[in-house]
Amino acid sequence: MKKRSTLHEIMRRLRPYAPWLVLTAAAAILSVAGQIMAPYFIGKAIDGLVYTVNAAGKRVIDFGYIYRYFAIIAVCVAATVAGQFILSLTNNRIAYHVLASLRRDAFAKIGVLPLKYIDNRAYGDVSSVILSDAEQFSDGLLLGFTQLFTGGATILGVLVIMFVMRWEVALVVLVVTPLSLVAAKFIASKTYKMFKAQAEARAEQTAFADEMIAGLKVVKAYTHEDENERTFDALNEALRKKSLSALFFSSTTNPVTRFVNSVVYALVALTGAFLAISTAGAAAPFTVGNLTTFLSYSNQYTKPFNEISEVIAEFQNALACAARLFALIGEPEESSDEGLPALGNVRGSMEVRDVSFSYTPERPLIENMNISVGAGMRVAIVGPTGCGKTTLINLLMRFYDVDDGAIYVDGRDIRTITRRSLRENFGMVLQDTWLKTATVRENLCMGNPAATEQEMINAALAAHAHGFIMRLPHGYDTVLGEEGSLSEGQKQLLCIARVMLCRPPMLILDEATSNIDTRTERLVQDAFQKLMEGRTSFVVAHRLSTIENADFILVMKAGNIIEQGTHRELLAKNGFYRELYEAQFEGN
Amino acid sequence: MKYLWQSLKTYKKEAILSPLFKLLEACMELVVPLVVSHIVDVGIGNGDKAYIVHGILVLVAFGAAGLAFALTAQYFAAKAAVGTSAKLRSRLFSKLQSLSYEDIDGVGTSQMITLMTSDITQVQAGINHTLRLLLRSPIIVFGAAAMAFTVDVYAGLVFLILIPLLTIVIVLVMAACTPLYKKVQEKLDGVNLSVRENLQGVRVIRAFCREEKEQAVFDGRNSDLCAAQKKAGRVSAITNPLTFCFVDLAVILLIYVGGVRVSLGALEQGDIVALYFYITIILAELVKLANFIYIVAKAVSSAHRIEAVLDLDGEPDLYAPPEEETGDLAVAFENVTFTYRGGGAPSLSDITFSARKGETVGILGGTGAGKSTLIGLIPRFYRAEEGTVRVNGARTDAIPRERLREIVAVVPQKTLIFQGTVRSNLLWGNGKASEEDLMRAVRLAQAEDVVAAKGGLDGEIAQEGKNLSGGQRQRLSIARALVRDPEILILDDSSSALDYATDARLRSALKTLDCTTFIVSQRTASVRHADKIVVLDEGRIAGIGTHGELLENCSLYREINASQGGEEA
Repeated sequence: MKKRSTLHEIMRRLRPYAPWLVLTAAAAILSVAGQIMAPYFIGKAIDGLVYTVNAAGKRVIDFGYIYRYFAIIAVCVAATVAGQFILSLTNNRIAYHVLASLRRDAFAKIGVLPLKYIDNRAYGDVSSVILSDAEQFSDGLLLGFTQLFTGGATILGVLVIMFVMRWEVALVVLVVTPLSLVAAKFIASKTYKMFKAQAEARAEQTAFADEMIAGLKVVKAYTHEDENERTFDALNEALRKKSLSALFFSSTTNPVTRFVNSVVYALVALTGAFLAISTAGAAAPFTVGNLTTFLSYSNQYTKPFNEISEVIAEFQNALACAARLFALIGEPEESSDEGLPALGNVRGSMEVRDVSFSYTPERPLIENMNISVGAGMRVAIVGPTGCGKTTLINLLMRFYDVDDGAIYVDGRDIRTITRRSLRENFGMVLQDTWLKTATVRENLCMGNPAATEQEMINAALAAHAHGFIMRLPHGYDTVLGEEGSLSEGQKQLLCIARVMLCRPPMLILDEATSNIDTRTERLVQDAFQKLMEGRTSFVVAHRLSTIENADFILVMKAGNIIEQGTHRELLAKNGFYRELYEAQFEGN
Repeated sequence: MKYLWQSLKTYKKEAILSPLFKLLEACMELVVPLVVSHIVDVGIGNGDKAYIVHGILVLVAFGAAGLAFALTAQYFAAKAAVGTSAKLRSRLFSKLQSLSYEDIDGVGTSQMITLMTSDITQVQAGINHTLRLLLRSPIIVFGAAAMAFTVDVYAGLVFLILIPLLTIVIVLVMAACTPLYKKVQEKLDGVNLSVRENLQGVRVIRAFCREEKEQAVFDGRNSDLCAAQKKAGRVSAITNPLTFCFVDLAVILLIYVGGVRVSLGALEQGDIVALYFYITIILAELVKLANFIYIVAKAVSSAHRIEAVLDLDGEPDLYAPPEEETGDLAVAFENVTFTYRGGGAPSLSDITFSARKGETVGILGGTGAGKSTLIGLIPRFYRAEEGTVRVNGARTDAIPRERLREIVAVVPQKTLIFQGTVRSNLLWGNGKASEEDLMRAVRLAQAEDVVAAKGGLDGEIAQEGKNLSGGQRQRLSIARALVRDPEILILDDSSSALDYATDARLRSALKTLDCTTFIVSQRTASVRHADKIVVLDEGRIAGIGTHGELLENCSLYREINASQGGEEA
């Protein structure tokens, strides 16, 4: 995304907050005006501290004069306080609301993006856009609004007042202050390399720690702790040295700019003092109060300069984050199926006609595939890894759309019905088990929230999951952790129970029992058989023993169906299926 | 915060010197208003230009000295912050390594990694800012007040009112913010969870048509987070305006008191200028401080998380006074019952069996039968709370940890090979193994082709062994265990990724060793030649015997065997 269009998109996002933005601007001006004017009137008040000696030889001060300025100063303070408070609140509001709406839109994309987009990216990449890029953008927005706006207003306002008050002194400030920017920039360019070296050292250490922490149990089993500690400490020491130089050299910025500021301060004092002497007794004298004001202004004026270099870096980063975020939000979605009819209840016949499909055009996968499955048939798909079994399932569920040809359910092209109604007719168990971080109950009822307690328990019983569920600390109310203490096999049994509770007209089992022991697998298969009576099912398996009694076996190789038929027919053929079948008993 | 202090102690010198030089820098800054007031009173008052120039040069000199002091202070602060966090990191790493399996399960891998990376970084930033600013600020504030007293006691009283007020503001805001930021962090965890879960489960969610429900859950968490952020933001938004308010009111009070004092002849106009500047110095300092409060608040909550883990006890070397190893039993379980922490029912109940030295023992059972749990008790990864586990006749509680794990080598179900070379991975088994030892183990593990494929023992292995196939990893991890030349070898379903032929060759190779071997499997084919097979069912022993015996008298074994196409009894 181009920088211009990113800015444009940011503007578009901010438009609903136009009234708040106006309020922010007003508050910023109010607060800056108060902050700038206060030193001016304080200077005036201090000018009132010049005494006259009265007849009695006593010093007399015109308190009436001072009080008047007190009132004005109080007004300035009130303006600053109110302005700042409103500014913070409205900025907070805008930034966090924009952040929440961006996060929401980005999250909503997960539900509608083509699976191709998600499959082709590491989860970490997508989630870091939704979480950390959004966060950094909003931080940048908040900081940018507060600092750039008030900082800019302060610089401008102070400069104007100083020039109005005394252009000679103002000129000194104007010329010398940018020195601090130059110094900051110089240091930043020098430390860039050091930060890079630090990042590399940190990455190396994190990689080592990640690997060893993930393998902590093996580390302990091999009493490898001491060796690890030595390696870690060496990496740690390297990181410490790199961090020290990066941290130290980058932290010289502040003292250096402070020194530049103190030089500015001295120069203001010098010119101001000389001016005060030379204009003493003139019509428009440069008073001590004026000098006080100027010195205070020079402090106020230099402060935003110190912050601006920091803010600019932050803002650049925020723009980069926003660009990534908007790219995700602007990503083309799955074709809409709004207005299409729903599938309704199906009998379950299925036809794949002249279908071609590939993930990348350069590597053709499925070509010209034809399958015809009658309602209620049990279809098994076998073949070596990478032959396209899972791809076929991706197409049946319409996770991906075919490149050519069409797939029909009950005679209807699946692209002419809603995805939802298609998927509702399928039950699916994948090899890769996925359970929510929620209770066992919520997980089981995911596909059928209306299920009764008894129905749920029956499904768990049929999936042979009831026993271990009852041994969990809180039975069906146990919350499954993200990592979970369940074994892979137990997770698969839960996924199977989840599908059994839905009783879908069609079923897809993709290596659904690969982590379950053979005896339990056989029992679960029996339960499936009962459940699937009269329903269409597709079973992908690498253990051929689990598919022997399918009505119909498709043997796939390199994206093509090379053999099909029943177990007996295929064995009799003496072809690829027979080879596969016999390989599994070799050496037994 | 006791561990933080302990780590900081190593950098005691730097941690003291840094604020000390900050103090000197602050002094240089605090002198400035005095010099200016002299320029005003003497220089301008008497029209003495030479005096003014002299004063300006003094100002610049103080500025330069301040710069030198500041740089020294920054150096020491950086050194202390970086060093302390390095120390803390190293300490945390060795603590994590010393945890028992139960605590490893309890803390969880993802939290450990966050602790090692993001939490430590937060703490480092916190220390650095604390040394540089949090200490500088009080010095400046109190220094300015002290200087004000040297100018005039009555005017100084204004500072005495101001400082406690501002301190209260900062302490209150800080106290109110810390829990609010913690809440933000917790809400963020929920949003994180939604995103991660929806990406990982995208197929299942779509298959169950749950997109809208998931969006509703996310929206709820998202607006909770937004509300928490706004709340924390509202509280911290009070700091700056309140500071301004108090400081400017103090200025008004100061000018009034100043007016009175001038009229009494106790002060001159230039003194008021100096006093005013002391107040603005305080203001600038506090505004800076307010901007860093949240960094410190975050660091404090990260430090608490780290300290909670450091507070865990590491796994002890011995749980009981050492016992002598005697007898000819390699492993003996006596009425052992075991429940995982936080688990409901026991995972193992009343397990009794023994294995003579040199025997091959098969452990067979279905999904979740307790096979891995059982073998985890032998090297004391977990401790049986009921009953006794003996290795070489001694209770495992009474054998030093390192000795016990020298005796027992486990090839875990989930194979893990680490970044490095083939050799560096094999040397995990025994750091002193010779080239021949390594190759012997490789041959036994049927892994010669793996080593050859990587171009010899010095072939590179990527992180987590990603450049190896599942079967290759499994064979290397078996070789790694064999390098150890263990008395007891445990293979926990370690041949699942091997084809039947390789698996069979591996088993006959292992037969030639004289160590006691445990083979854990779901397949009867893998254990049928064992001297003894223990059949587990839901954590209980369903049968013990040879293949032939079990076929005769264990119905579960018969069923399992039949389900795998084995011969009937």
